[in-house]
Amino acid sequence: MAAMTLLQARGLTRHFGGLKAVDGVDFDLGEGEIHALIGPNGAGKTTFVSLLSGRIPVQSGTIRLKGRDITQLPAHARVRAGIAYTFQITQIYAALSVFDNVALAAQSRHSHHLKDDAMEALAGVGLEGRAGQTAGTLSYGHQRLLEVAMGLALKPKLLILDEPTQGLAQGEIETFKGIVRGVVPEATVLLIEHNMDVVMDLAQRITVLNFGNVLATGTPEAIRADRAVQTAYLGG
Amino acid sequence: MKADRALVLHLGVLAVLLALHFTAPAYHHTNIARIMVLAIYAMGYNIAFGYTGLLSLGHALLFGAGLYGAGLLVYHADASAPVAIIAGLLAGGAMALAVGLLALRTAGVAFMIVTLMFAQAGYLTVLYFGSYTRGDEGIVIPRAARMLWGLDLSDDNTRYLIALALFATALLANLALAQSRFGRIMVAMRENEERSRMLGFNPFTVKLTALIVSGLYSGLSGAAYGLMFGYVGASLASVQYSILPLLYVLLGGAGTVLGPFLGALLMFYLIDYASAVTDAHQFVTGAALVLLILFAPKGILGTLRARGLKWLP
Repeated sequence: MAAMTLLQARGLTRHFGGLKAVDGVDFDLGEGEIHALIGPNGAGKTTFVSLLSGRIPVQSGTIRLKGRDITQLPAHARVRAGIAYTFQITQIYAALSVFDNVALAAQSRHSHHLKDDAMEALAGVGLEGRAGQTAGTLSYGHQRLLEVAMGLALKPKLLILDEPTQGLAQGEIETFKGIVRGVVPEATVLLIEHNMDVVMDLAQRITVLNFGNVLATGTPEAIRADRAVQTAYLGG
Repeated sequence: MKADRALVLHLGVLAVLLALHFTAPAYHHTNIARIMVLAIYAMGYNIAFGYTGLLSLGHALLFGAGLYGAGLLVYHADASAPVAIIAGLLAGGAMALAVGLLALRTAGVAFMIVTLMFAQAGYLTVLYFGSYTRGDEGIVIPRAARMLWGLDLSDDNTRYLIALALFATALLANLALAQSRFGRIMVAMRENEERSRMLGFNPFTVKLTALIVSGLYSGLSGAAYGLMFGYVGASLASVQYSILPLLYVLLGGAGTVLGPFLGALLMFYLIDYASAVTDAHQFVTGAALVLLILFAPKGILGTLRARGLKWLP
């Protein structure tokens, strides 16, 4: 367990009709850790991080960020409080320049040196040479990186990455792993990921969700050894 | 460098308009004065529609707020022209705030319908209170009330120069807005609202702010139009005046600073020449729009920007 708790969720619940997408989840994130969220399709991972980021309102339960109750805060205010979310399906401003995409993120936190901050975020993912290009003309891998750069430009306390390596080539995944390692310990990373190599390689702790419940939380070694996880997810 | 090039272009357009004051024949001189005032309205519309993506079908309400805000003050309270123009400007902004608080709870088609209904309600209100507004017949603003600091707005030369001054202010303010941080946020809201929300921008306040700025432009234009051309009538608050700025903006290029003016200019003369040739001038306008949508859906300046003039604001 990391020294300080950044985010604490208690009894977090969201049902869709009869579907218990997230059902009374307790969850703690330590400051500066890389924490992976895994689980079979439909386990409630995306719903769970949507509750954390405020994209979906909570039905019951509380969320605290550094002790402050943010349960009722709307999504845009949570971003300003330090929770950045990158989408599962790439969401960039395709018609705007690469620079404008990250500049928007930087100006969201009232950056005083917009150009420097935007270029720094681009340099962080190796896109500084493409600042003037129209974002929609980037390759898919570069668009994913741009989305990560937008997250970095927000200078968040918590960066939530929703399946960031989906559709990336092996070489791009290596680049991506380096970027995530560079984000901590200044920021904390919560990663939804299906690629087990990436998860085992990056995460210090892993939480397994299944049917809206936490099945297990622990180090990669502990998760690998866990019988319940093996049955539900890792295929015995 | 980028900003300089754009500034030079816009100042150049203003210089040409100033030169036209001395060279244009009387007929065109009056037309251009009218076009400049209407272009302020179209610029306001463009801030909501072109930059922020708010497709309103009820901007006549905001234009009408300025028109009647100024006109009724002059007619019933003998207000001076400067007071009336400022009142019109503020009436447009206040009306936008009131409509925005309600209409911005909707989006897309629902927003179009809600704004249309508000504007129709406004139009009918003008007719309903005919004893004050003189309804369809309208109010003719007397020449004595059309004095701006000793300048006679009914005089052709004065009117042109005042119109140019107002237009220049509105144009340069629009340029500054488009290149500002808030301008970038407006475009972000248009391009991807959910992404913008998840970058920490409140969609409601961004859109409401843009709508209020749009209302200030529309109100200023309505007030100036009433005082300069001496007529305040319900037809100027009818649905036709909600559609006109949309057409101007589509023709000139949505989301460009000069597009609304260019669109207003071309559409005005297209209607003017078509009317001289045929009674079916609306057919000509319609055909022009169909061709535009088919071959240049981004409008003239939008197409030029896509074809290489990327610096065009």
